[in-house]
Amino acid sequence: MKSRANLVRRWLFAAGVLLLSECAWSAPSSTSIFSNKTTPAHQLNDLSMFVLGITGLIYVGVSSLLLYAIVKFRARKGDTTEPPQVFGSIQIELSWTIIPILIIVVLFLTTARVLFSVQDAPKPKNALDVIVVGHQFWWEFRYPQYNVVTANELHLPVSSKDAPRPAFMKLTSADVMHSFWVPQLDGKTDVLPNRVNEMWIDPHETGLYLGQCAQFCGPEHAKMLLRVYVDTPEQFKAWIAAQQRTQAELTAVPGGPEGSANEAAPNVGNEAGVVQAAATSKAPPNSPTTRGNVTPSMGEQQQISARMGQYVFEHEACISCHTVAGTVATGRYGPDLTHMMSRETIASGAVPLTKENLLAWINDPNQLKPGSLMPAMHLSERQNEQITAYLMTLK
Amino acid sequence: MGTDSMPAPQGIETGLDRTQELSRPGTYLELVHSWIVTVDHKRLGILYICYALVFLLVAGVEALMIRIQLFYPHNDFVSPYTFNRLFTMHGTTMVFLVGMPILFGFGNYLVPLMIGARDMAFPRLNAFSFWISAFAGLLLYYSFIGGVGLYGTGSAPDVAWFAYAPLTERPFSPGHSTDYWAIAILANGIGSIGTAINIIATVFCMRCKGMTLSRIPLLPWLYATVSFLVLVAVSPLTAAQAMLLIDRYLGGHFFDTQMGGSAILWAHFFWIFGHPEVYVLVLPAFAFANEIIPVFSRKAIFGYPAMVAASVGIGFISLGVWAHHMFTIGMTSFGNAFFTLSTMLVSIPTGIKTFNWLATLWGGKIRFQTPMLFSIAFLFQWVIAGLTGIMLSVSAWNWQLHNSYFVVAHFHYVLVGAIVFMIFAAIYYWYPKMTGRMLDERLGKLHFWLMVIGFHMTFDVMHFPGLLGMPRQIFTYEPDRGWTLLNQIVSVGGFIQGIAVLVLVYNLVHSYFRGVLAGPDPWDAWTLEWATTSPPPAYNFVVDPVVASRRPLWDLKHPEDPDSAFE
Repeated sequence: MKSRANLVRRWLFAAGVLLLSECAWSAPSSTSIFSNKTTPAHQLNDLSMFVLGITGLIYVGVSSLLLYAIVKFRARKGDTTEPPQVFGSIQIELSWTIIPILIIVVLFLTTARVLFSVQDAPKPKNALDVIVVGHQFWWEFRYPQYNVVTANELHLPVSSKDAPRPAFMKLTSADVMHSFWVPQLDGKTDVLPNRVNEMWIDPHETGLYLGQCAQFCGPEHAKMLLRVYVDTPEQFKAWIAAQQRTQAELTAVPGGPEGSANEAAPNVGNEAGVVQAAATSKAPPNSPTTRGNVTPSMGEQQQISARMGQYVFEHEACISCHTVAGTVATGRYGPDLTHMMSRETIASGAVPLTKENLLAWINDPNQLKPGSLMPAMHLSERQNEQITAYLMTLK
Repeated sequence: MGTDSMPAPQGIETGLDRTQELSRPGTYLELVHSWIVTVDHKRLGILYICYALVFLLVAGVEALMIRIQLFYPHNDFVSPYTFNRLFTMHGTTMVFLVGMPILFGFGNYLVPLMIGARDMAFPRLNAFSFWISAFAGLLLYYSFIGGVGLYGTGSAPDVAWFAYAPLTERPFSPGHSTDYWAIAILANGIGSIGTAINIIATVFCMRCKGMTLSRIPLLPWLYATVSFLVLVAVSPLTAAQAMLLIDRYLGGHFFDTQMGGSAILWAHFFWIFGHPEVYVLVLPAFAFANEIIPVFSRKAIFGYPAMVAASVGIGFISLGVWAHHMFTIGMTSFGNAFFTLSTMLVSIPTGIKTFNWLATLWGGKIRFQTPMLFSIAFLFQWVIAGLTGIMLSVSAWNWQLHNSYFVVAHFHYVLVGAIVFMIFAAIYYWYPKMTGRMLDERLGKLHFWLMVIGFHMTFDVMHFPGLLGMPRQIFTYEPDRGWTLLNQIVSVGGFIQGIAVLVLVYNLVHSYFRGVLAGPDPWDAWTLEWATTSPPPAYNFVVDPVVASRRPLWDLKHPEDPDSAFE
């Protein structure tokens, strides 16, 4: 009876270990803490293996003693006598006090070494600075060295031994507490309002790394997803260059004299934007003011639609919250949309960026993501389509 | 010496005689009235336990709804708003309306009996504490119908059970749901502090003749420790709730980050309560194990002085570990190192206790009745819970594990695997004393096995989604993360545990009417509560007992080999 009790427990434990090995190491989970791709995550992983080893040994030791005691000292049938009464032993008490103390000294020193080496690592001169701002329920990323602002999808250059380029991140929040967690890259760092926390990532492999907010922050906490793209240095350079251009430059003829002139001062576009918006609103839809990136194949209607969309966008409340650099839209409350089409998802990773999803999102964000702070603007179907068409031009 | 200093316990011979109780005259109204106005520690203890069992069912249903929602990725069984209310209410209920009341209930019932007293030191304070806690529970649940939240009426608190600021501040939590939460916790805290004062006074002032400090059974010792912890730990929580209410109603800025307040301040306040609270809950579970394991091993507890010292040591150390809930909040490396070390230190007294239980089993003649089955499962599960606790104390690894399902699995291993299992053991062990009837042993074993299977399916497996990057408190998850199958196993296990609890409830009701009569001492035990009738009369003991050792009934049953001879 009793040994069966424990057999079951042992069996369950074995099954657990099996599951662990199944899931944690071989299954292709993109967020396993054991498949690390950076320096700090790698250090944490080594530490965790060491701790797992020690605690595993302790468990096997203590539970086999327990199991032995239960099987060996069970009452036999018909035996009603009392066993000898033992009240204690100072030597034995001392032994199981001192041995755990020694184990703890080892565990503590090992932990402290990793802790100090990660947390107090000096910042190299060529480190990439990133500012992370948590919002209900999306992420804002800023690259102060490049004057680039983006949302939800973080791009980092890969760091190799020959050309190390770790990213040093400062994290803060615009509203409530969040936590930045991409398990393959590093442990969590909480994102607090009225405070700046720091962390660093030194990615060794290119690729897409997934994560999400790890501190409950309100209704849509579960859909506050994170995507980190680790690019090759060349890709990263190209990405930064693309992000630096304002829409004013983009709408001008690409490669034209205006575009290249503005390259050095990316934020100049504001006034130009106002002028352009005014022009758009007055100009007849098929006037030859032309936008360089509208390919002929899009068709006339599409082009009109996008132009009308910009008009609606700039005359509704959209611009109170969103920025499209180079236009009148300079809101800071929601994600920067300047290069929205360069992202693969919308709504902080909740859905892929497709025309249908975008349309549904603009129509009523709460359908896709209940609790989203972006309100439904109650526009007509036609206006929603026009705004969608406009946003689709924000490459 | 031992035999004549202990008068024959009065009432053993009349233990089977329930005529007086059963033939009590009066209507149902009088019966209800007598329970409402009672100041008898035993009746209040039973009220606490019943109150907690009702909320156990409620919070259990909330847990099962959470598990249904997480059965599939992108499931829409409940809305995100409802989900957030469910886990907030599940956590708050289980800690404040189930854990603390049921443990205080057993304390209320057992502490005076075990130290040979006729009641608690302050019987009226005792009644006040219970009723204000009961009021707190009703207030919290009234929010489901009376609360006004952002999304219309009927909004329960939805800010998670640790209610991190500034999510609880006016701009982010309009409506009243957070106020219901804060005021309910505040009222509950007042009740807890009252009970703690009462238990301390009882243990230190009301002991019977001959019961020196070193002869107090371990259960009252641990309850005294717990009560000191409650005094120290619940006070900051009560203060924090007052500050939160000042922020919300009087324009204060303690936690209002937009006006220079601090989010970390709340975290400190909450966890300086929150971590000792874990020990407030687990020490009574240890206390039950300290009583049950020796009786069913037929041996005295091994290393009584070490057990007392370890318990008091856990109490002290637990006051200095709170910030291990905050390793990711941005403390300095020195701060993180300090709390790593202090947290690891808890494992030393805890280890001592575990080894002493092992040594108590060693050389005994172990009887496997239901209370002992739960206690043995507790021992195995407690070892795992302790070891995952050590993993979490490794601050650098904690950066990965924190706020993931690994943590959820860890603390459920403590709260269910250790505390709930020992509460079940205690119910089987002391139910005969409280009602005069035994619980059905076959149903008890069925309950045990369902519970063991369900528990391990749920909480063993729950560690793994955490290791695979699943954060806690999310209402849904993405299908591509490899969490789906694991969550499904967890959910099925949850339902098996639900069935197990229903078996217990059936057993409690069924045995109350049909159970075998217990007599005063069904387990052949050694402490004073078994020296009086089951259930005991209102005055507990006809003659005040006098004791000469830690096990007065052993002395009585074994005059040839009394404990008192070895003291």
